[in-house]
Amino acid sequence: MAKLKEFKGDTPTWCPGCGHYSVMAGIQRACLGLGLEPHQVAVITGIGCSGKVSEYMRCYGFHTLHGRSLPVAQAVKLVNRNLKVIAAGGDGDGYGIGAGHFVHAARRNVDITYVVMDNQIYGLTKGQTSPTSRQGFVTKTSPEGAGEREVKPLELALGAGASFVAQAFAGDIKRLTELIQQGMEHEGFALINVFSPCVTYNKVNTYDYFKEHLLDLKQMEDYDPHDLAQAYATVLERQGLVQGIIYKEDRPAYHTFLTDYPDQPIAEQNLVRDDARLQQLWSEFK
Amino acid sequence: MKTEITFKIGGQQGEGIDSTGEVLAVTLMQQGYQIASYKHFASRIKGGHTYYHIRASCDKVYYWGDTTDILVALDQESYEHNISAMSAGGYVLMATNQEEKVAEADGCTVLYVNFTRLAEELGNKIIRNMVALGAAAYLMGLHYELFKPLVEKKFLRKGQALVDLNISALKAGYEHVQQLGLSPFQLAPVQSQDQALLSGNEAFAFGAIAAGCRFLSAYPITPASEIMEYMKSHLPKVGGVAVQAEDELAGILMAIGAGYAGVRALTSTSGPGFSLKTEAIGLAGISETPVVIVNSQRGGPGTGLPTKYEQGDLNTMLYAGHGDIPRIVLAPSTVEECLTMASLAFNLAERYQCPVIVALDLVLSLNKQTCPDFRAEHFEPIDRGKLLSEAELEALGEFHFKRYRLTEDGISPRAIPGQRGGVHPANSNEHSETGHITELPEMRQAMMNKRLGKLTQFKMRGYEFIGGEERSVQTLFVGFGSTRGVLTEVVKDLQDQGEDAGLAHIKVLYPFQAEGLSELARQAEKIVVVENNWSGQLAGLLAKELQIGHKIHKICKADGDPFTKADIMQHYHQLVKEVV
Repeated sequence: MAKLKEFKGDTPTWCPGCGHYSVMAGIQRACLGLGLEPHQVAVITGIGCSGKVSEYMRCYGFHTLHGRSLPVAQAVKLVNRNLKVIAAGGDGDGYGIGAGHFVHAARRNVDITYVVMDNQIYGLTKGQTSPTSRQGFVTKTSPEGAGEREVKPLELALGAGASFVAQAFAGDIKRLTELIQQGMEHEGFALINVFSPCVTYNKVNTYDYFKEHLLDLKQMEDYDPHDLAQAYATVLERQGLVQGIIYKEDRPAYHTFLTDYPDQPIAEQNLVRDDARLQQLWSEFK
Repeated sequence: MKTEITFKIGGQQGEGIDSTGEVLAVTLMQQGYQIASYKHFASRIKGGHTYYHIRASCDKVYYWGDTTDILVALDQESYEHNISAMSAGGYVLMATNQEEKVAEADGCTVLYVNFTRLAEELGNKIIRNMVALGAAAYLMGLHYELFKPLVEKKFLRKGQALVDLNISALKAGYEHVQQLGLSPFQLAPVQSQDQALLSGNEAFAFGAIAAGCRFLSAYPITPASEIMEYMKSHLPKVGGVAVQAEDELAGILMAIGAGYAGVRALTSTSGPGFSLKTEAIGLAGISETPVVIVNSQRGGPGTGLPTKYEQGDLNTMLYAGHGDIPRIVLAPSTVEECLTMASLAFNLAERYQCPVIVALDLVLSLNKQTCPDFRAEHFEPIDRGKLLSEAELEALGEFHFKRYRLTEDGISPRAIPGQRGGVHPANSNEHSETGHITELPEMRQAMMNKRLGKLTQFKMRGYEFIGGEERSVQTLFVGFGSTRGVLTEVVKDLQDQGEDAGLAHIKVLYPFQAEGLSELARQAEKIVVVENNWSGQLAGLLAKELQIGHKIHKICKADGDPFTKADIMQHYHQLVKEVV
């Protein structure tokens, strides 16, 4: 069994109090909870404060481009089905520049877990409006209040066909860990949107704000995460301020649709040229 | 007896022009003739002038030729577009619904035939193409029975009745012209040989599979889509996966993801898509991830000429991306080279851990040529470069594996996810040897030196000399990509006219391989660079790399169509006059 310290990588440079510390701890503990060792995990990240989690954790990681973690992560999983693949990024990364990839990753349903650290602001570029900043939110680039309506990650994910949609809060690390672990156990695309307060630039969506406003779906006795209509209704009614598994659908993952998808990971296949097989393919040109 | 024959069938798109041309080309190939073909089409699904041009020869040819011996014109437009390019003594089979007759025009014989009526008499006017093909077969001196095996292969699964219908159509056309008493061409017989007929796209895709490519992700775009289509059908047969990505960005990023995870990965695209992939080429460069990118060039910029040909992306392939990026750019010039360069591309990508760009162009991608049957020696043995085994990684005993170890040759041993002992982050940000972000000036400089420096040891023969034994010549032609076929023939004609000419056809565009070429360039009186773009991008590259700007003459064309031999000759003679 691996120990937590084996999952620790470089020393984080996040601001003291940043929600991302908890998110990373949640991922690390979820890996331990699943009995994984660092070499069995790949964390693929985008750019921004959140993107650095791939090097603050010790496992296989790939710190890619802004908004581009999802295509990279999906391919890693498709060619090595033995790996646990986590994509991670922020709200700008996932719902701004990478929104297209997000929608398609959700409907494609490759078996990966996507953890979005949603702080409703751009942190690393020092405080501009983000896609999830509420309409009217005042920042350096929205001095009169953001004009656009905010992206609603849960509704977007439900609409795009994500087969596992959950939301967590960095101030509740136990629940966060549990939800990430459940997302990793889910076979298909799992979104965990995490409210991860930016203590430096976002003075509205703070730890206290979420503690006061978040409802845990556990408290709703009749909540059935397999009920899509109820998921939409609850998210709308609570204005997205819920935590827990919002929706879960047992839908075949993408690889099950692929013809002859091999049991042995593609990355582990021995690359010896099979001339007989090639002759067969070649004969089509004759 | 002719040692070669050229054939063209023209009509409206959607009328089966393509499949008719295909049936003839394959049949000729099966007889043992060498084929070079060219397809003309517009950016629409139905309607619009289209033609399929075939040159069948007893000798190897890579160019479809300037003239036509036999033209099948299924509409007036095909006649008007193509009559001026008929060879003397050629035959035109002109579809008509009016009076059938034989006439003389522009030095050739025009047969007005009511193909539709002949087809309808057999019960279905849809087979009018096959009637026309049968008629052409007679004029070519090919018996219609020769088409039987292919017709069966194509139609048998739809029923014997359809096979019989097609054969009777061929026979009807054949006999209809036979009874006119014209003397058909006689094509010199050849020995049937082991060969195949395929396009550059098909050849590259097949070559990639042979080279161990097991992952493709791409977005549909003309003229590269066939690569993805081939991979979608065939990669699963060798244990691989092909994904149609949501956009060009995902196309390359998925390939990079697969490359990072240890699988030979490919993305295929054309100009507009290549532009979109630019940022990710930088990612592959700095993270030192192997990936192969095929760019089949078409007319640009913007959406440009989606179904037309150009070689206008050379600069983009050489320089795309911000910052300095290690990359290799290869340019096959024939279908056979598409096949063999695929294995080279994947080996280089892993050996140098960088993006390898393969420059195809529309003419090379879509047109078919005969290739000798593939043999193991066509391909480089698979070389995975410095990919460490799990045992080697364990022996290093590193808690944080140094993925970006500073080595003498600049290439760092690599580990892939899943291997115990190789745990590390790959990184798009500047990083230390362990892959962790750093902005330390010394480390930045060392990493830049390593990444860009690793290609200084890259050495390959960068060009092929065509025109006899390699030697210095007075007039040195230079080109890249699909112009090889026509340039070969231009040089031969000039030599026949007593000029001292040769062709250096460039195969490695970057890192530019000057060895041998600089000698040829230094000794030549004139260097004539022939390329299909407006500004002379290859000429620019040569001027920079060989310091021979003053000697370069450019022959450029960017109208969407490939050069004919006559085009180049005319430009060349004009140029010679100006120089004198």
